[in-house]
Amino acid sequence: MSHHDEVSRRGLLKGAAGMALLAGIGAPAIVRAQSDAIRIGHLTPRTGFLGPLGEYAVMAIDLAAEEINASGGVMGRKIELLKEDSVNPQTASTKAERMFERDNVTCILGEISSASCLTIAQVAQRNKKIFINTGGNSDALRGGDCKKYMFHVEAQNSMYVKSVGRSFLRDGLVNGKSWYSLTADYAFGHDLLKVAKRFMEGNGGKFAGDDLVPTDATDFSSYLLKIRNAKPDLVVLNLAGNQITNFLKQYAEFGLKFPVGGFGFDTALAWAAGKGNFVGTWPVVWHHLIDTAGSKAFVAAFTKKYGKPPENQAWGDYMALKIMAQSMNELKTTDQTKIVEHLEKGAKFDVLKTREGYFRAQDHQLMQEMYAITALPADQIKNQWDIFKSSAPVPGPNESLEVIASTKDEATCNFGS
Amino acid sequence: MSTMLFAQQILNGLLDGVYYLLIALGLSLIFSLGGIVNLAHGAFYAIGAYLTLVISPYVGFGGSLVLSPIAVALFGILIERFLFRRFYRSDPILSLLLTFGLAMVAEQALRMIFGAPPLSYSIPSWLRGQVFLGDFVYSFYRTMLLIVAATCVLALWFLLQKTAFGRVVRAGVQNPDMVGALGISLEPYMAAVAAIGIGLAGLAGVLLAPIYSVHPAMGADIITPAFVVVVIGGLGSFWGVVVAALLVGLVKGVMIAIGYSAASTAAIYLLMLIVLLVRPRGLFGERITRFE
Repeated sequence: MSHHDEVSRRGLLKGAAGMALLAGIGAPAIVRAQSDAIRIGHLTPRTGFLGPLGEYAVMAIDLAAEEINASGGVMGRKIELLKEDSVNPQTASTKAERMFERDNVTCILGEISSASCLTIAQVAQRNKKIFINTGGNSDALRGGDCKKYMFHVEAQNSMYVKSVGRSFLRDGLVNGKSWYSLTADYAFGHDLLKVAKRFMEGNGGKFAGDDLVPTDATDFSSYLLKIRNAKPDLVVLNLAGNQITNFLKQYAEFGLKFPVGGFGFDTALAWAAGKGNFVGTWPVVWHHLIDTAGSKAFVAAFTKKYGKPPENQAWGDYMALKIMAQSMNELKTTDQTKIVEHLEKGAKFDVLKTREGYFRAQDHQLMQEMYAITALPADQIKNQWDIFKSSAPVPGPNESLEVIASTKDEATCNFGS
Repeated sequence: MSTMLFAQQILNGLLDGVYYLLIALGLSLIFSLGGIVNLAHGAFYAIGAYLTLVISPYVGFGGSLVLSPIAVALFGILIERFLFRRFYRSDPILSLLLTFGLAMVAEQALRMIFGAPPLSYSIPSWLRGQVFLGDFVYSFYRTMLLIVAATCVLALWFLLQKTAFGRVVRAGVQNPDMVGALGISLEPYMAAVAAIGIGLAGLAGVLLAPIYSVHPAMGADIITPAFVVVVIGGLGSFWGVVVAALLVGLVKGVMIAIGYSAASTAAIYLLMLIVLLVRPRGLFGERITRFE
């Protein structure tokens, strides 16, 4: 081998490694200032265990911006998105600060982690700019940690528990029955377990077992042996992300047949578990099979652009931008304090469901219908996406949308006053 | 708790340790011989899992069980030849940075190719079901997994302890300069060791793809416990790593069985701490002059 060969190959390698590195880090968002564009910040975890959901969030908000701009923008001005990986609560806070103070964004949308929601909301509150939470479930964000400038498109844990709880009540899985619960050992899981226990005790059930699961656990075999021995009437999961997928795959592997359910869910997890492994009944804030014109149009546009249907996190970020754009168009202003007043007055929005949604003034939670989805038996499944069937919207048509939300006693919000 | 359930939990815990073992043995081998802490080892595990998803529609799970680890091992040879080899004699911090970067590049590459959401993959139908031995019921797939993993571990032991190849590798771990003085080049042995170690990680990826969530960051889930196993076991000791892996699985399983599941992860770090306090070189760690 000649010396020349050696050098050029090394050069090639260095070049390739450099390119791979660049691709890995991802080019930083470079924004060319358009004087008349309305800038909106988007922060959501794109790496780590919430990264898979964050990817849907990013796809959906891009789609929403595209649609809004194609139909004339906001007050004739284009929407310009500034999107970044929020990584963790500290980084999220730093990035939110930079977006407000240096990049002059009008507002920030996004997030999935409840902890990051809180740090972003604190920055938003200081800057008197709106932050719309599209994925953080914790009741505390709508209770003690609530903020005047934070709104929630994502449903709170209480809404998840009460909507799927109705399915469990209807199926006779609560009164006098015993549950075995597995709970993710961090803030989200603890919050969910607290709400679940309140529901269980209020409806005459008891716990056969109740284990906390470390967040890095991937193997559930030890828990499955305990569950098989305890013979519960229902296995309840207060887990999140990949842990639910891991659990479902291993539950099928061990051949356990107790009914399964959970109080927090994302449809991407059902798709990842796959046909035959996905079992049980779960609450979702939205899913791609909802039979309304709005949802069908959103699913069609998303599928056309990305080649796969949107999951519920996509709906959250899509809605948040649509709601913000509609409010600014109606009020003819980007003034955030005026928008807060507008939303607090109960402005109605088409949220792609049968009934319109509105933000409750007392805690800024979007009042909306929820759904319980149940896994289809393997022989009824036609493709990899449509692997569940949905309940009717919860609450029913004659009920107030607020019956599934937390009561004032359960979560008290006074906006820091 | 019935004795039967407890016995099941103990066996299950030991089995859990076997997954870590497949990862930890490779880590230990590559570190002992080359002094490289391979933080990218988890990435090869993830690549093994993704390869299974890609090729099993064509060659079946059985085919993938053979082909994927080989493909990952070949990839390992390339990595060894072009990257690791430059760092054997340099400051360990450099190779640490290299493999850390490599792990990030691999994870992001998987994310760019396959997307961030986890992909679905199930146990093939011929491996589903339960094994019944009296009152003892256990997953058939895991029983098969144990047999495959145990066979590999025994074969590796035989290779390292009973063959001429193994003698050179072991001598190289103890004193590479002396091996060189005897006129033996360690380079091909290094390549072989990297291929075996990385191939084992790929094999673990294939074996666990049907029961664990397949997602780009899956390597990061398994690498930390595998490191704990290596540290507890002690460098340069084959059986040290084996015993440590079983011990880690056992401690985790028992903690869950007796109702302290929240502390099950913390317990393995506590175990590591105690072992390091009592035996700073690990359970069966040998005195290796270069690393003292």
